[in-house]
Amino acid sequence: MLNDQDRIFTNIYGMHDRSLKGAMQRGHWDGTAAILGNGRDWIIEQVKASGLRGRGGAGFPTGLKWSFMPKQSDGRPSFLVINADESEPGTCKDREIMRHDPHTLIEGALIAGFAMGARAAYIYIRGEYVREKEALQAAIDECYEAGLIGKNACRSDYAFDVYLHHGAGAYICGEETALLESLEGKKGMPRMKPPFPAGSGLYGCPTTVNNVESIAVVPTILRRGGAWFAGIGRPNNTGVKLFAMSGHVNTPCVVEESMSISMKELIEKHGGGVRGGWKNLKAVIPGGASCPVIPAHMCEDAIMDYDGMREKQSSFGTACLIVMDQQTDIIKAIARLSKFFKHESCGQCTPCREGTSWMWRVMDRLVKGEAEVEEIDMLFNVTKQVEGHTICALGDAAAWPIQGLIRHYREEIEDRIKARKSGRMGAMAAE
Amino acid sequence: MLRRLHATQPESFAFTPANRAWAEAQITKYPEGRQASAVIPLLFRAQEQEGWLSKPAIEYVADMLDMPYIRVLEVASFYFMFQLQPTGSVAHIQVCGTTSCMIMGSENLIEVCKHKIAHHPHELSADGKFSWEEVECLGACANAPMAQIGKDYYEDLTEAGLARLIDDLAAGKVLKPGSEAGRFGAEPASGLTSCTATPGAREEHNGTVSRAVSVGDGTRRIDGSEVRLSAPWQVSGQMAAIGLMTARPRSAVLQQAAAEAAKAASAAAVAGGTSAPVAGGAEAAPKAAESAETAGQKPVALAAAREGKADDLQKIEGIGPVLEGLLNGFGIFHFDQIAGWGEAEIAWMDANLKGFKGRVSRDRWVVQAKIIVDEGLDRFLERAKTNNY
Repeated sequence: MLNDQDRIFTNIYGMHDRSLKGAMQRGHWDGTAAILGNGRDWIIEQVKASGLRGRGGAGFPTGLKWSFMPKQSDGRPSFLVINADESEPGTCKDREIMRHDPHTLIEGALIAGFAMGARAAYIYIRGEYVREKEALQAAIDECYEAGLIGKNACRSDYAFDVYLHHGAGAYICGEETALLESLEGKKGMPRMKPPFPAGSGLYGCPTTVNNVESIAVVPTILRRGGAWFAGIGRPNNTGVKLFAMSGHVNTPCVVEESMSISMKELIEKHGGGVRGGWKNLKAVIPGGASCPVIPAHMCEDAIMDYDGMREKQSSFGTACLIVMDQQTDIIKAIARLSKFFKHESCGQCTPCREGTSWMWRVMDRLVKGEAEVEEIDMLFNVTKQVEGHTICALGDAAAWPIQGLIRHYREEIEDRIKARKSGRMGAMAAE
Repeated sequence: MLRRLHATQPESFAFTPANRAWAEAQITKYPEGRQASAVIPLLFRAQEQEGWLSKPAIEYVADMLDMPYIRVLEVASFYFMFQLQPTGSVAHIQVCGTTSCMIMGSENLIEVCKHKIAHHPHELSADGKFSWEEVECLGACANAPMAQIGKDYYEDLTEAGLARLIDDLAAGKVLKPGSEAGRFGAEPASGLTSCTATPGAREEHNGTVSRAVSVGDGTRRIDGSEVRLSAPWQVSGQMAAIGLMTARPRSAVLQQAAAEAAKAASAAAVAGGTSAPVAGGAEAAPKAAESAETAGQKPVALAAAREGKADDLQKIEGIGPVLEGLLNGFGIFHFDQIAGWGEAEIAWMDANLKGFKGRVSRDRWVVQAKIIVDEGLDRFLERAKTNNY
């Protein structure tokens, strides 16, 4: 378990002074000018050495991403865009940073922006987070007043603005190019890549899009050294991470822990255990809605990191677990996710626009058992046809939970169909 | 998903002065010429002011941002937070229904709404005070189930708790948001398992509840007077520099036009005997754009319409109310004025119709106007049906 002195977000619950003064007492905004004085290359090297991988779900190495930005401007300014459009079902970690430890994010924005030679940062927060937006803007105002950002930020001769921008309730705007479209005042429809944002992003200028948590951990990494961060967790999966637990645990919460903690330890220690005991566990969705479900027997030895979740044919995602106990109707739980993806498809690519609603309609019938057994295979086939055939990953994200369900709970689906047909309770339901 | 404007629309919309000032400050967050970026924040403030988003409000925001109405309507109908129909006069209740909340009992919360407010989502309650809908994940999953009412999140909700909230709202009480179960924020309910060594006194409320309690505007219609307007980014003076790129011509055609204009401008400068600055790289583009604005010749303007009666310029295809206003501003009121434009005048108008550059030649205004003058309006309207001009 992570020691308190190794935590980055020491005020993640917001119980202590959240203002600039309080943040400085906890060690934030300490020696920021000196960090900038070390130069762009040093910052990027340290972030690379720390092994930090993107915390928004895809896990792309952060330092490497920054190094794609042009070293010399061709006349266009560069931008840092911070993705605070936290809408993946189950995910509620960035909210805590923004409302309770916002100065980690603003300091990180300045340092990251400096490292990539950006003129300004735009933080794109989801529209529903009205109060979080107010809290974060208040913190930004404080930093301007103290001269930490703006003209001559931290007296380093570097000018850097931080703008807060908000969306209006579209999950798709968490996809980086859709986010940029939305930030330009259009519908949030993803762009084709290439060109990648580092070449042509916001307003056609070089842009890097990072998750809130990826940016907020950077100042502490640089103060304590990349080696400290790299020393926590397994190789290739280093550092500390905000985890969240929702659903059927005794004490749902958001908590900072070391990477590569075992799922069982995480749930037992911070989540207060599964409701009704570990034996009552049915399944876990490990990192937000798009990650395939993991059945209980595979949770025993599951390691919570990028590689550990891949071994279980799932993905680490945002590390926000949805825990479900034996009393849960797992088919209905996944069908609700299908409804979510149907609702959130932007409608640009046909396989996704039509496929998500098709998949949801079939899932809806499977919940009631009003289907033929062959339709399970047909549904699986359709998910395979949607997957990989769309501009962005929303099509994939809609397909994976259903594939996970069919892979692990096929018997339960068949059982329900047979029970419905015969009018008798199925073998599994009778247990 | 198909979303349409509501059948009954109000006559007009205008921001309150404080909201207008707030909106104008938001626009300065974005580079010059990129004011369209502010469309979502402005639309949302319009909704906060009125409770829902009407057609006049959409048009008002479009005019403010110099955007075509259809682009703003696209945005308003794409994003689900925009309510395109009237909502409850006291509150619109948004219950999160996605998996985390569903397995914790959000379906029961929706039943409460159906029972206490109206059977269908987005339907007004009998007294018009409330409406409700099921929304997708609101991102407070560790506090499931939850609902958003106005600006605030109400977490760890029970059916009785939600029913009580609705009753309290109906009675005109100001609610305290946050966890119904008495949790501070997103920590484990049984006590802290981390961050126990963080120094400092304990705050009374968490970061979001404290704002709700101190301002008390959770379910109020926002008129901009709630909090002091602050726009600290304006002092950094960076926007002008970022504005450099707005002058970058966007298409190859525009690039060529700008290059030619730049050449003409520098030739003119040399002819005038001044030393022409050698502009290169990024600096060349804005200069080109500036000179484009002075290219051509300004058409002869009238101080007012002849006999006080202007022609209906909107009869020309491509001219709408905004363009008509612009033209009147330039002293253009009559078809024969447009019909008389030569190449120089067209070039000048093309370059100076702010937000509509190039429309005169693209939409062939002069040809259209000539037909109206020569053959009469009726004949023109006949021909316009088949684009025969």
